Formats: sequence, C-alpha cells, structure tokens
Amino acid sequence: MDCQLDIFFAEALINGLLLAGLLALLALGLNVVFGVIDVVWICYAELVMVGMYGILYAYKGGAPFLLAALIGILVVAAAGALLHYLVIRPVLDTPPINQLLVTGGVLFFLQAAATMAFGIEFQNIGIRLGSVGFADMSFAWARVWAFLVALGGMFALWLFLKRTFMGTAIRAIAQDRQIMPLMGVDSRKLYLATSAIGGGLAGLAAALMVLQYDIYPQIGLQFGPLIFMICVLGGLGNMIGGFIAAFIISQFIAVGSSCFHTEWGYAVAFLFFMVAIFIRPQGLFGGKS
Amino acid sequence: MRALRLSPAAIIGILAVAALPLLVRLLFPGSERYYLHILIQILFWSFIYTGWSLMGRFGLTSLGHGAFTGIGAYTTVLLWNYLGLSPWIGIPAGVLLATVVGVLVGYPCFRFRITGHYFALLTLALTEFVRLCIVGLRDYTGGSLGTQPARYGDGISLYAVQFEPDRMLSYYIAFALWLFGLFIWIRVDRSMDRYALDAASQDEDAASSVGIDVTREKLKITALSSGVCALGGAMFGQYQMYIGPETIAGLGLSLNMVFAVISGGMWVLLGPTVGAVFTQLLAEGLRVLIQGSTTLKNLLGSSALALDQMVYGLLLILFIIYMPRGILGTLSGWFSKSTPSK
Repeated sequence: MDCQLDIFFAEALINGLLLAGLLALLALGLNVVFGVIDVVWICYAELVMVGMYGILYAYKGGAPFLLAALIGILVVAAAGALLHYLVIRPVLDTPPINQLLVTGGVLFFLQAAATMAFGIEFQNIGIRLGSVGFADMSFAWARVWAFLVALGGMFALWLFLKRTFMGTAIRAIAQDRQIMPLMGVDSRKLYLATSAIGGGLAGLAAALMVLQYDIYPQIGLQFGPLIFMICVLGGLGNMIGGFIAAFIISQFIAVGSSCFHTEWGYAVAFLFFMVAIFIRPQGLFGGKS
Repeated sequence: MRALRLSPAAIIGILAVAALPLLVRLLFPGSERYYLHILIQILFWSFIYTGWSLMGRFGLTSLGHGAFTGIGAYTTVLLWNYLGLSPWIGIPAGVLLATVVGVLVGYPCFRFRITGHYFALLTLALTEFVRLCIVGLRDYTGGSLGTQPARYGDGISLYAVQFEPDRMLSYYIAFALWLFGLFIWIRVDRSMDRYALDAASQDEDAASSVGIDVTREKLKITALSSGVCALGGAMFGQYQMYIGPETIAGLGLSLNMVFAVISGGMWVLLGPTVGAVFTQLLAEGLRVLIQGSTTLKNLLGSSALALDQMVYGLLLILFIIYMPRGILGTLSGWFSKSTPSK
C-alpha cells in the first residue's frame, strides 16, 4: 500500500480530527471519574454500549432522536451512579487494583446481558444525515456534529466544574481526599454525583456514536482500550491534555488506516502509547501529581 | 538448593490427580473423551493461571499475559507451518520471545515505578498491540479467524509435539505441565526473592532502603511469569490444534486469567488451580444445564450461550467485594489460626 500526500490524505487527516472530538469526549467521562474517585472503570465502554442500545430502542419505540438521546444520557448517568453505589463503594478502601478488577466483572456482566437481551446481530439506528462536501472532500454530517457536540459537552463540563458550587467541591475533593471530609463535606454524595456526571458524558458520547456506528454487544472491546490510552496519555484531570492525546491517537488511526490496514493504525497507536508512558509516566501533559 | 520434600498429603494428592483419568474411564466409559477434555483444559489453564499468579501475588496485576500466551502459541505454530521447525525449537523460541517482550515492557515500568492502575493499563495496551499484530499479519496468522498447526502424520508425534487425538496422553502431558507449574511456584515461594518482592509490594521505598534491588527483582519474576505463560499458551495451542487471536491472546483472555486466579485465591499454591476448576466447571455446568433443560432453552433461545458469562461476571463482582482472597484463600484462612502473609 502506498501513501501519498493527496486529497485523500487530507480527508483522512480531517476525519481524524473529527474522530478526536468524539474520543476526547469519551475519555473525558472516564477522566472525571478517574481523576476524582481514583477508580478506573474498565467497563466504561460497556456503559457507552448500554447507552447506545438505550437510544436505539427509545428511537425505535417512537421517540424523536433528541428525546431518545436525552433518555440515553439519563440512563447511562443513572447506570454510572448505580455502578458506584453497588460495586465501587464496597471496595473503595481496598487496594486500588481491586476497584479496577471489580469493574472488569461488570464488563463481563454487561456484555453478556446485552447479548442475551439484544442478540449478537449488528444493529443500526437508520438515521442518515448525509454528508458535506468541501474542496473535493466529503465528510459525514454525523461526524461533524459529533465533533461540535463533543466540544460543546467539554465546554459545559468545564463551566460546571469552574462556576458551580458542586463543581468546585468536586475539584477540591480530587485534590485531597482526606481533608475534604474533615471540612464537613459528604464525600459519598460527591462521588455519586461524579459517577453520574461520568456516566452522563458516556451517554452523550453514546448518542453521537449511535449515528455513526453499528451497535453490537462487543463494541466496547473495540474502542474501550483506546479510551484508557487517551485518558492516561493526556494526564489525569487535564482536559486540554486529553483532547491533544485524543487528537494524536485518532490521527494514528485515521492516517494509519488510510495508508495501511486498520489494525496497523491501531497497533502503532498502542505502541506509541507505551513508549510515551515510558518517557513521561505522568502523561504527556500531566503535571507532577 | 533445598530438596523439595513432599508431605504425605501432597503425595496422595498428586497420585489422586494422576489416577483421575482411570476413574473417568470407569465411571463414564461412553463419554470418556468429553470428560477428559474438560480435565485437560482445567490442567492447562491451571498452569497458565499459576504462571500469572507468580506476578499477581506481588501486586503486579498484569493485563498483559494474554500477549504472552499469544506470542508463545503463534511463534510455535508459525515456525512449524512456515519454516518446518519442530516445536521442540519453536516452543523455546516462543518462550524466549515472550520473556524478552516481558522484560522490555517491564524494565521501564519498574524503573519509573509505574504501578497499580497505570501498570494494568499499560500491560492492557501490550495485549492489544500483540492482538492487533496477530490480526494484521493475516497472511501468515489467518487474521481474526485463527490458524492451525499443520497435522503431522496421524496427529500423534513426538517430533511435532502433537498429541491431541490421544486424550489419555494429552491428560498426562497437561498433568506434567501442571506439576511443573506448581514446582516453579513453590521454588519462588521458598526463595529469598519472594521476601524481597513481598517487601517491595508493600513499600517500595522501604524495600530499596534495605538494599533490595526492586527493579531487578520485579524483572526476574516478570521474565519467569511471562515465560511460563508462553509455554502454557504454546502447549495449549498444540492440544487444541487451533489458535485464534481471541482464544489464545487478547484482552478477554487476560481478564479471564486475572479473575480465575482471584476467584481461586492468589496467595496460595493451589489457588490458581481451584480458580481454573471453578471457572471451567461453572461455564461447562451452566452450558449443560441450559442444553439439558428445554424450558430454559425455549425461554432464552440462542442467547443462552451468554448466560455463563453473565453469571461469571456477577460472581466475580461478588468475589472481589466479599471474598478478595478467593475460595481457597478464604478456606485456608478458616482452618489455620495463623495469619497468612497477605
């Protein structure tokens, strides 16, 4: 396969950028939970999968897409809070790796439950938004919208964290888990809220993904590892870093897939991730934690 | 090197496991092959899980061991299929390659103190990388469909290390491998390295301040553990006579390894074995239950195949929350008054 600097290459680059928005949004949800509660939800991508199915069935049940998307966001937000309440909270004081592993159990559970409930077939929501042409290149509207909404979602989260009382409290507890409870803050409530926010972001990402991809129970395994990489690569709690990391990774995938087979784009991205972490263990843009 | 003295109980236990196929032959003369197949799988997985637990017990929770089993299996089969090299060369080559990869990834990790979540996620990336390479090299590896080692003669050959048609022989090969795994575990358990690693897993600074070369100790155990898993992957591939990126490599396998060991018990000799028995019997039992009951079959249809995974996931959550030391760890905790090391 040859790779030329032609218009297709430019198209791949821009598609990579559009993908970066979506991936950054996905990583953000995980990043919020990771940064505040210090828990890695290995089953994060499966929550997105649940959201996608929720939206699909709400839409097929007759709800307009925006309402279906809202339902999806609320469902995943509730799922996030539930996950924290039922699964994370009992192991919060045990070694951190247990928290990661316990959500691995949730991963198996959700995947199998989705297989039983919805079957293994690929399903599509069947909304076509068409595409926009620009200088001999064409981009699917679904991707453009995904990019814009993802940016909007990130901005909204930033406003929430900076401007509201709850957001300030969440940032504070992320800085010091021991002191905040001494200040009379109910950390349990904050953790629950954070989990719901993380879930809500996953739901928003699900709404954007449902327009672009077919849905099947194993979809989480396909992009889950990518989200973890972006999250770690960008540095914890660093939203700008997360975006840049998403951009780098998505360029590997977009350009790699356009020049070679898809797997090689992904493989190089993973290799890059490992090398980058060896060079900068705190993430490319993370400060000293 | 101290001689390994076996207690009477251990000798009886080993003899019992050795006699198991004869019992199967007596009890289930008609479906001997099926029951032996389950036992063989349990033994192979026990060996691989024991290999994982060599590292896992010291807080090095790796999600990268699916990469090592994959490297072992694919190296062996590819060398055999394309270069005609006997697995007697291929398996050591696979083990060596996996060990080198383990050390290459391990060194910077331990040097820069990448631990906990970060170690798990980094090794997860390694698993994905190896899986993607296997899929990407589809001209040789058969991509996501997997591939088979070329059958040599009637399928039983010392030269080609193929033994699948003879289940009795397969059983004793798996049995020998399993004993070898237990032997390695005991050797590690009784070595000085074990105390060094125990100390390092509890407080790295304190451990290095008393003169333990933490990086070196961790690298040693990583090399051993990845080599054992590669050997297990290669032998399991030879038994299955099929290797696929999802069955012998990949994230699902890595997670399975971790969970089986946790359910059995990470800090006891037979914990990984109990984990393998537990997970295999659970999957097999649920499958038989569903196949045997028409009501369940009608109720669930083809999706019933996912039921075992669902129960499995649920049990894992419960295990980690309520029984983090696993079945055997908890049981032995009841029987011995003395506090275990962890």
